[in-house]
Amino acid sequence: MPADAIANGLRRVGAGAISAVTRLGFAARFFAVVLIHSPAALKRTQLTLREIYFSGVLSLVIIMVSGLFVGMVLGLQGYDSLNKYGAGDSLGIFVGLSLVRELGPVVAGLLFASRAGSAITAEIGLMKTTEQLAAMEMMAVDPLARIVAPRFWGGVISMPLLAALFSVMGVFGAYLVGVRLIGLDSGAFWGNMRAAIDFWPDVTNGIIKSVVFGVAVSLIAVFEGYDAKPTAEGVSTATTRTVVEASLAILALDFILTVFMFRGIGG
Amino acid sequence: MNRTAIDLWVGIFVTIGLAAIVFLALKVGNLTSLATVPSYRLEARFDNIGGLKLRAPVKAAGVVVGRVDGVKLDPKTYEAVVGLRIENGYQFTKDTIASVLTSGLLGEVYIGLDAGGDSVMLADGATIAKTQSAVVLEKLIGQFLFDKAGSGGGK
Repeated sequence: MPADAIANGLRRVGAGAISAVTRLGFAARFFAVVLIHSPAALKRTQLTLREIYFSGVLSLVIIMVSGLFVGMVLGLQGYDSLNKYGAGDSLGIFVGLSLVRELGPVVAGLLFASRAGSAITAEIGLMKTTEQLAAMEMMAVDPLARIVAPRFWGGVISMPLLAALFSVMGVFGAYLVGVRLIGLDSGAFWGNMRAAIDFWPDVTNGIIKSVVFGVAVSLIAVFEGYDAKPTAEGVSTATTRTVVEASLAILALDFILTVFMFRGIGG
Repeated sequence: MNRTAIDLWVGIFVTIGLAAIVFLALKVGNLTSLATVPSYRLEARFDNIGGLKLRAPVKAAGVVVGRVDGVKLDPKTYEAVVGLRIENGYQFTKDTIASVLTSGLLGEVYIGLDAGGDSVMLADGATIAKTQSAVVLEKLIGQFLFDKAGSGGGK
């Protein structure tokens, strides 16, 4: 019966859509609940500091090394292309703008999602699996205020700092390649860059992006952990979902933010 | 990992993170555009501004003294009205000439101000009377070819 097959197929699509919307609704309500519990969690700064240590400080190495290499590659590739048009001196502008506006927040966000987001999901998911969250509730300790909110805020605070560090390391990498290796004039490199990049809107828009990505990645990470099926498989699925969803969210949000932010430029 | 060690590391992390933002602001970007330097506004009318954009620099003798803060078309005279925001420290004479210039062949378009010898200075909101429009390269080439053809036909 082809009619039945079609109906079944449609049913499956419908069920998928409904569950996706339901999860989105849960995530939104979860976000609201986390925000409500945040003041209580932020009062105990030590909890949040600990999470900044785990998601921020421990991500430093990968963020800074990646930034350096991305910057060096941009320096080489950018110089190669720009020099064809005799614009090698504009390397600073090219590297600075691409890092500050796009690559800094986006690549740092993707790395942050894989490095810190997955760890947060796995940790919360495992706490749920081993019934630590339930035990906390038994002891009248709210796991949202004690576990979830500090991790959320730790991520939100770490992300812009990591993105800024990524951009700085990238610019430094491009400086190493452009000025030290290729032999561009250091004054032209920095001077052109500073002439073309404004604090407002370029740098501030990059910071806004990184804050938005920080909120998105942290929320997805804590939500997937909290929502994980309390089994070994459930935790592994949740961790995977965090990385996939956070990466997609970053790229989609980046597009939307870019459309809004840079629409007026050059007009 | 004990508490003081975590505090120390988070302190280091936050400090270098903020330092990175400051570096981006000062070294990579130019913060001057954010700082509200006291300034005044001049206007200049051009027949053609070429590729002049908002926030393009206004230079006098090559020194940036302000930025373009408005470009619009006068619907009656069909002239481009360009608003110039000049830093308060710089005063220009009444017979200053404003021209639309390009740095290099493909460089950025900016407004150049050449001060004259008048003793009266331009006040806030004044209009620069003498202007020189952008040189549109295509027109120039077209004119050159036209002249060439004209002189060739005469022989």
